[in-house]
Amino acid sequence: MDVVLDNLDEFLGGMQGTVVLTLVSFACAFVLGVVVAGFRVSPVSPLRFVGAAYVNVVRNIPLPAIFILFYFGLPNVGIGYSRFTASIIILAGYTGTFVAEAVRAGVNSVARGQAEAARSLGMTFPQTMRTVIVPQALRTVVQPIGSVFIALIKNSAVATVISVPNLTKSVERVVTDTAEFTPVYLGAAIAYLLLTLPSEQAVGWIERKVAIRR
Amino acid sequence: MTAPVLADALGPRGRRTARIVSVVTAAAVAAAVTLAFHRLRDNGQLDADLYRPFTQWAAIRFYLVGLLNTLKVAAVAMVLAMAIGVLLALLRLTRSLVLRVVATIYVEFFRGLPLYLLIIFSAFALPNYGIDLSLMTALILGLTVYNSSILGEVFRAGILSLDRGQTEASYALGLGYWQTMLLVLVPQAARRMLPTIVSQLVTLLKDTSLGVVIAYEELLRRSQIAAEFFGNTLQSVAFAAVLYIIVNYSLGRLAQRLEVRQRRRLGAGAINVAGAGEDLAIVAAQGEAGRADR
Repeated sequence: MDVVLDNLDEFLGGMQGTVVLTLVSFACAFVLGVVVAGFRVSPVSPLRFVGAAYVNVVRNIPLPAIFILFYFGLPNVGIGYSRFTASIIILAGYTGTFVAEAVRAGVNSVARGQAEAARSLGMTFPQTMRTVIVPQALRTVVQPIGSVFIALIKNSAVATVISVPNLTKSVERVVTDTAEFTPVYLGAAIAYLLLTLPSEQAVGWIERKVAIRR
Repeated sequence: MTAPVLADALGPRGRRTARIVSVVTAAAVAAAVTLAFHRLRDNGQLDADLYRPFTQWAAIRFYLVGLLNTLKVAAVAMVLAMAIGVLLALLRLTRSLVLRVVATIYVEFFRGLPLYLLIIFSAFALPNYGIDLSLMTALILGLTVYNSSILGEVFRAGILSLDRGQTEASYALGLGYWQTMLLVLVPQAARRMLPTIVSQLVTLLKDTSLGVVIAYEELLRRSQIAAEFFGNTLQSVAFAAVLYIIVNYSLGRLAQRLEVRQRRRLGAGAINVAGAGEDLAIVAAQGEAGRADR
């Protein structure tokens, strides 16, 4: 266990990296996902097309491939970001597709009468979405979006591919330095579980809080 | 494309707004494409030389072998993960407390870890304990352990979603626990969960690309090698990305079709498990099912 204590700073830094990567990119992914879901259900077909194209392309490329393409490929066309910014953009862009699909499913689970009532009150499509449909839709998709969040905690480990500080990167570094395996991996596993298991509980709690019984 | 369910036929003003938004969207897309084109051209990324490898059989073959390795790893890992997943689901439903606890710990532990960590552990840490695996086996091991915990939950949810009458009828016929499970419940649960299982397969297939971090020559790693060899990172990796999209999109469509069929047959019976594929094709399903009913 000494290895973990000796390298506590490294691990805490890694944990902080994982948390920051997850929270920042989730915030971006959430906004992006809701907007794209709006595109995908809008009555304007070019918007639907753009939404569908984005979701189907990005979701079907493996995350490590996106990291390599973005970080090592795009500088060839003069687009370069710092490692951290690149990770945020990639994780948010990738996760955004899953949020979009979840929200879209939620939107479609809202009873038809809601949209019809809103329209007969004279609301426009954006108004209907913003004030009637999306608030109800988000309540029904707490569970799927919660799983997307937890998947993001785990996916942030892929940022190790471009050497962004996070828990998995810390594991690699400490193992290389000390050649100690058991305590390092075990410590990291516990650290990850400390993030993922409470998140799962929190998702369940939020769901019970906001659920609408229909 | 799914029909919008949130708006009925647009009136004159709605049509005008829709037209304006359409034109703006089209203009924005056109601008983005033009910008991308100029970026590529100005940086010399459109030179024919950078694309020439993809017209040569040797290079294509190199990629296809990579894709084959990807598919091989995915297939083996999927089969193993499904077998272990069924076992875990059954263990979590037994009456034996010990077995239930063991299976629960396995599931909760591995489901909460990044696959990345499991794969580098299999490849780089296990040799330290005297377990030397080939890179391929290490990758398969990581994928299997992780996905079996997820599929275990999928199967469990599937079994629990079945009507109690199924269990009661089997017991009434004199079948034991394992017979009931394996002969009656699991086959039905598997069919019911088929869409989720297929979308999990897509996730698993994408995850094989983590082979890149242990230098196993699956598709992504091979595209990286090609990139170094030809000096065209953007083109080489993008080529692999296109192959991934083709394979995964097709599998995703399959999952969607299965779900549609399921919904038609079971009504709203097809269930959706947290943490699994997230491929919720509800609109498509309802739309198509509705059409089929008519």
